[in-house]
Amino acid sequence: MNYLLSWIFQADLPVAAFPSRAELVPEPLGVILVISCWNFPFGVSLEPLIGAIAAGNTVVLKPSELAPASSSVLANTIHTYLDNKAIKVIQGGPSIGEKLLQQKWDKIFFTGSAKVARIVMTAAAINLTPVAVELGGKCPAIVDSLSSSWDKEIATKRILAAKFGTCAGQACIAIDYILVEKKFSTTLVKLLKAYILSMFGEIPKESVGRIINKNHCSRLRKLLDEPSVKATIVHGGSYDEDALFMEPTLLVDPPLKSEIMTEEIFGPLLPIITVEKIEDSIEFIKSRPRALAIYAFTNNETLKKKLASETSSGSVIFNDAIIQYIADSLPFGGVGESGFGRYHGKFSFDMFTHEKPVARRSFLTDFWFRYPPWNDQKLQIFKSAYRFNYFEIILIILGLKKS
Amino acid sequence: MALDMEGMMKELRGTYASGKPKSYEWRVSQLRALLKIADHHEKEIAEALRCDLNKPDHESFVYEIASMKSSCQLALKQLKGWMKPEKVKTSLTTFPSSGEIVSEPLGVTLVISAWNFPFLLSLDPVIGAIAAGNAVVLKPSEIAPATSAVLSKLLGEYMDTSAVKVVEGAVPETTALLEQKWDKIFYTGNGKVGRIVLTAAAKHLTPVVLELGGKSPVVVDKNINLKVAVRRIIGGKWGCNNGQACVSPDYLITTKDNASQLVDALKSELEAFYGKDPLKSEDLSRIVNSNHFNRLKNLLDDEKVSGKIVHGGQRDKTNLKIAPTIMLDVPGDSLVMNEEIFGPLLPILTVYKVEDSIDLINAREKPLAAYLFTNDKRLKEQFIRNVSAGGLVVNDTILHLAEHSLPFGGVGESGMGAYHGKFSFDAFSHKKAVLQRSFAGDVPARYPPYTSGKLKFLKALLNGDLVGLIRALIGW
Repeated sequence: MNYLLSWIFQADLPVAAFPSRAELVPEPLGVILVISCWNFPFGVSLEPLIGAIAAGNTVVLKPSELAPASSSVLANTIHTYLDNKAIKVIQGGPSIGEKLLQQKWDKIFFTGSAKVARIVMTAAAINLTPVAVELGGKCPAIVDSLSSSWDKEIATKRILAAKFGTCAGQACIAIDYILVEKKFSTTLVKLLKAYILSMFGEIPKESVGRIINKNHCSRLRKLLDEPSVKATIVHGGSYDEDALFMEPTLLVDPPLKSEIMTEEIFGPLLPIITVEKIEDSIEFIKSRPRALAIYAFTNNETLKKKLASETSSGSVIFNDAIIQYIADSLPFGGVGESGFGRYHGKFSFDMFTHEKPVARRSFLTDFWFRYPPWNDQKLQIFKSAYRFNYFEIILIILGLKKS
Repeated sequence: MALDMEGMMKELRGTYASGKPKSYEWRVSQLRALLKIADHHEKEIAEALRCDLNKPDHESFVYEIASMKSSCQLALKQLKGWMKPEKVKTSLTTFPSSGEIVSEPLGVTLVISAWNFPFLLSLDPVIGAIAAGNAVVLKPSEIAPATSAVLSKLLGEYMDTSAVKVVEGAVPETTALLEQKWDKIFYTGNGKVGRIVLTAAAKHLTPVVLELGGKSPVVVDKNINLKVAVRRIIGGKWGCNNGQACVSPDYLITTKDNASQLVDALKSELEAFYGKDPLKSEDLSRIVNSNHFNRLKNLLDDEKVSGKIVHGGQRDKTNLKIAPTIMLDVPGDSLVMNEEIFGPLLPILTVYKVEDSIDLINAREKPLAAYLFTNDKRLKEQFIRNVSAGGLVVNDTILHLAEHSLPFGGVGESGMGAYHGKFSFDAFSHKKAVLQRSFAGDVPARYPPYTSGKLKFLKALLNGDLVGLIRALIGW
C-alpha cells in the first residue's frame, strides 16, 4: 500500500512538494581569466579557452611571458580569428598579471607553480572568485620486473618519451622519477641507456628540447652538482648552459633527502630509486605529497589494484605515460598539492559553467499542513510524510489516528 | 581549555592514513550513528533550537531534524552506488585502453557551520564528508551556543572521535582552525567571513565550498492563484526561521497594478498564520541576538523607508522579536535594499511591466535563489534563461532544497560549490582518472627520432582521418 502511494507521490520528494518538476540548466559564469604557462604554451592556453567559450563565457587569456614567441602568435591569431569583443589576449609579465588579478572575474583558471597559485587564489578571495589550479608535483613511475622483451621495449620507450621526449621533462605530467625492484634495476638501466641512444641519437643536443631559460638551467645544474647526487649519475650529466642544454641523465639511488628527490625536477634528469619488493613503492609514494599522475608499468593485476586504491593522485595510468592528456573522457586535474579543478573534454565545459537547478511547482495542490499555525496534528502528518508513511497520513486526516 | 591544534591534526591524519575512514563499513557505521543521534535525542535538539532561536518545534522537526535524517538515509541507501567507479569510453587515440573515474576521499576536512539552522547546516555537510570517506572536524556557530553544545556532546558520544571531532568556539578558535592545512573546507555563512576563509585556504591551496547568501528576489505576476502564492511566500519567509535563512524570499517585485492586491493577500494570510498580534505568536522564531535585532531595527528606522511601511513594524526588544513587516515601493538606495535582510522585513518593489523585474534582478549581485510566481509560459522561460542565481523555483519558495537530485549552492557572491544528495559525496571526493593501457598495439610514430612520415601518421590518427592514416602507413 505504501509502495503504491509512494510511487504516486514520487517518493523521493517529500509529499509537501508534490507535484513538481526539476531540471539542471547549464549557464556561463561570466568573464573568465585564463593564466597559461610556458611549457605547453599552445595546449595549455587553448584547452581552457575552448572550455570557457563552449560554456558561453567571455575570456581573457594571459599567456606566459617566458614563451614570448608563442605568446605573440596566440595574440595575433586569436585577435584575427575570434570575436575581439569577447575574447582577448593580454601579454605581459608579473606586473600585468598583478593588474589582471586585481579585477573582478567570475572564474580564474591557472596553470603553473604552487607559489604563484597561492598568489592567484589569495587575490581571487577578495572577490569571492572561484579558481581552478593545475599544478604539478613529482610524478613517479613504478616499473615492475617485466619478463617479455616486447613489454620491456615498449615500457622503456614510453618512459623515455614521457621524460626526455616531452619538452625535455619540463611537463607537469612528465615522469619525475622511477621506482624499481633492486633485482630488475640493472636490466632497466641497460634498456634505458640503449633506447636513449636509439631515440635521441649520438648528439642529443639536436633532438632533445632545450631548457626554457638560464634560471631553470642553473636550477637543474645545481640539482646535479651536489656531490652525493653527482656520484649516482650512471648516464649523461653533461650540460651547456649557454645553449640551454642538459643531457638526458640517469641517476641510481640519489639520497632521498637531496633536492633532486624533494623538489619537482621539471627537466631531463631521471632518478631511479630501487626498492626491495615492488610493493614497497606504494608506501614510498604514500609518504610523499600527492602528484598529478602516478604511472605503473606492470602486468600484475594485484599490484595495479593495490596501487589505485591505496595511493591518491590526480590520475593513475598503467603501462603508459602522458597519454592521459588526450583521453578526453577522463578528467584532467590534480588533488592536494597538485591542484584542484579538472578539465578536458566535457569537463572543460563543466568547469566554466554554473549548473543552475530549476524546480517548478504547480498551484494545483497545496498542503495545509505546510503552514502555521502549527499544531500537533500537522507535526504528526509531517513526521509520517518524512517516513514516507502515506497511509498513516490518510488516517490522521480522516481523524482515525490520534497524534 | 586551550585546544591542542597540532595534536588534533596529527591524530586525524594518523586515523586517515590508517585507511579506516575509507572503508565502506566505517562510513556506514558513522552514518548510522548520526541517525541514532537524531532519533534518540529529538527532544534535546528541539530544546536547544528553541533556546538559541525560539524556533517552533514544527520548524525544528521539518527543517532541521527531518531534513538531516533524510540526507543521512539517502546516503546510507545509495553509498554503495556512489562509491562504485564510473567506467568511461576511451577513443581511438588511446586505443587499446580502458578508463574509469574512481571517487576517493580528500583526507582531513573542515566544516564551519552557521547559526540559523545550526543542526542541519552542521550535520548535512558532515554527512557528505563521512560518506566520501574523510576525517572531519565540525566547528558549529557560537551564535547558537545551546545547539553547539548539544552537537559537541552527542557527536562526542556516538561518533568515532579519532576521525570525527567537534571544536566549539568563536573567532579565535576559528582562526586557529583556519591556519591548519585541510584537504577541503566547507563554509556556510556570510560573504565577509567567506572571504576570510578563502584567503586562509589559499595559503595551503585548499579547495573550498562556500554556501553564502544574497538577496533572493520573488517576482509575482498577475493571473495566478494569489492565495496559494502568498502562502508559499510567507511559508518560505516567516515560516522558515522568521526570514533568517540564506534562501529566504528577501524582497518582492510585482507590477504597479498588482501591488495592492498582493499586499492585501499578504496581510490576510499573515493574520491567518500568526494571528492579530504576531509578537505573541509561538510560531515565529525570534531574532537570534541583539546585534541582529539592532541591525534590523536600523533598516526599519531608515528615513528612506519611513513612509513605506504598509504592515507590521512592531518590535519587542526584550524578547528580540520584530513583527512581519511589509514595505511598499522602497527606494533602491535604501538600507533595506542594500544588504541581505535576513529577518522578517519584506520590501516590495513595483515595476510597470513584469518583464522589467528581470533587469532589476540582474543589476544586483547573483543571489542564492530566485523565485517566480506566474502562469505565463513565456515569462517562465525568459526568467529561467536570463536570471542567474544559485537555484530557481517557479511557483514556490525554498522547496528546491528538499529535492536531493538538485545541487544546492551559489554562484558569484552567493557562493561556490554545491551539495545535497550525491553532490555532497562529490563535494568531498577526488575524482581520480584511471587509464589502463596495454603493451600491445603500440604506435611507433609516437617516439623519437621524429620524422615527417611519423608526423603525417600522427596527424591523421589524432584527426581521426582514416584515409590519411592508411596513406601514412603505406608511405604515400
